[in-house]
Amino acid sequence: MLSRQTSQRIAFIVISLSALIVVAPILFIVGYIVVQGVGAISWEFLTGFPYNGMKSGGVWPAIVGTLWLTLGTAVVAVPVGVGAAIYLSEYAGDNQLTRAIRIAIINLAGIPSVVYGLFGLGLFVIFLNFGTSILAGSLTLGIMTLPVIISTAEEALRAVPQSFRLVSVSLGGTRWETIRRVVLPQALPGIITGIILGLERAAGETAPILFTVAAFFLPRLPHSIFDQTMALPYHLFVISTQVPGMPVRIQYGTALVLMFFVLSMNVLATLIRRHYRRQRVW
Amino acid sequence: MKRQPVSLSEFLIERAIQVFGISAIVLVALIFFFLIREGVPAFFEVPLSSLFGARWYPIEDYFGLWPLILGSLIITLGAAILSLPLGLATAIFIAEIAPTWVRDILKPFVEVLAGIPSVVIGFIGMLVFAPALRVALNLPTGLTAFSGILLLAWMALPTIVSVAEDVLDSVPTTYRDAGLALGMTRWQVIWRIVLPAGRSGVLTALMLGVGRAIGETMTVMMVTGNAPRLPLTPADLFMPARTMTATIAAEMGEVAQGSPHYHVLFAVGLTLFVITFVVNMAAAMVVFRQVKRGERMLS
Repeated sequence: MLSRQTSQRIAFIVISLSALIVVAPILFIVGYIVVQGVGAISWEFLTGFPYNGMKSGGVWPAIVGTLWLTLGTAVVAVPVGVGAAIYLSEYAGDNQLTRAIRIAIINLAGIPSVVYGLFGLGLFVIFLNFGTSILAGSLTLGIMTLPVIISTAEEALRAVPQSFRLVSVSLGGTRWETIRRVVLPQALPGIITGIILGLERAAGETAPILFTVAAFFLPRLPHSIFDQTMALPYHLFVISTQVPGMPVRIQYGTALVLMFFVLSMNVLATLIRRHYRRQRVW
Repeated sequence: MKRQPVSLSEFLIERAIQVFGISAIVLVALIFFFLIREGVPAFFEVPLSSLFGARWYPIEDYFGLWPLILGSLIITLGAAILSLPLGLATAIFIAEIAPTWVRDILKPFVEVLAGIPSVVIGFIGMLVFAPALRVALNLPTGLTAFSGILLLAWMALPTIVSVAEDVLDSVPTTYRDAGLALGMTRWQVIWRIVLPAGRSGVLTALMLGVGRAIGETMTVMMVTGNAPRLPLTPADLFMPARTMTATIAAEMGEVAQGSPHYHVLFAVGLTLFVITFVVNMAAAMVVFRQVKRGERMLS
């Protein structure tokens, strides 16, 4: 039988090693893509169209497409998501309906992204006849993002102390006035953090846009929300699996641009959260 | 707080908020409905003997689902088995062992992992990881079920770590203090008090991790080689495999709308939806039961 101190030491070493196994590959992947991809980055790469069967040129249309889709996702998911969070935190009673809503949110969060793609194809592309378009893709990504936004926004709203609401109501504020002038402003940093994290996920997704919006190659930028578009994640998938003889440098460059785009949103969300947590008076 | 709204605009806003509130229910129902609408015809157009056959070869009308279901199953289970202990250990490290400054560095790192797009991990898996694995294990190809398992296990970690961390945090400090006061070491406190107290939460973490792994698409599609073969022996782990998600993603772009193949792919999606629904419901039940028990303890 080992002594208690020895067994503690062994356990702690094993656990620390596990944590290292988790963290080290993250550093490796991020570092490796930066090292391999940074050589490809140039003004022409960022602002040029692909040409020569995509074996030369840049990723500009994919960047623009991903920006469109991220914006579209925000337009769809933010009002509905924040609205639902306000409902759950400020209006919902402790009843069957609320429980059903919570179960629905948990399930939405668990549906595989490719199934969202199927749903978008069935409802938006075919049934509503939007075609493969930015509109159909944004709606699909927006619905996929909802659970993230609802749960983080609700958490932020609930964190506002009850006494703030009571003061507002005692001064004669209605429920909505209290929410709009007291609760929402206090919860805003948390809500924004949640929105950014949700959009980050949407921006990096490939499976939901495969059949709803993504174009293999387009020689021009999209003109309206009824156009197809290229997008960074799908572009990376295409040039790494569908185009034989693709220069590795361009593949890594594209991966770097996508990772930079997504991780900078992640960093932004973390900074906002830290900044306001420090300022918070309660 | 029950005052009635004073103006029309306020009335409208509150109605809109209520509508948004139930949107989640409506959306789950809509998704279910459209998967049924497009997927159920498959069971009438394709003979059941074909659907439950062992061969997936749509060009010649073989729509056997077994290779896909078993492919998803072994990859998901393999990933979960590897991921749970690692994730739990990492959560214990973050919540109980690491000094504050290490924790402040580690937590954002795990979040970064959650943020890396799966297509990027698939890309690195294809170009770096799979070839390395091929050489290390002396395989004919590195694009195998095993590669998928390893990468998925790693990708499911953020989910497992963050849920497990919440669980560990929710174990009352008084429990720990009581253990330490009795002269237990920190490890004994973790192993004999904290973990047993958070048992049901750890189960939730596992289920959410499974849910995450079974739905993963791009990485799996890029690193498992996508051969729809029946995985029956342990050696099949080191051969190419094909999951349900990858099949949908790879083939939906090329099928004719309304064809049997199209309907079968929706049926595969419907199957995935039902599986994740059940897994997540089970996880939710555990959480709700836990809340109830907590309320009982307080009252």
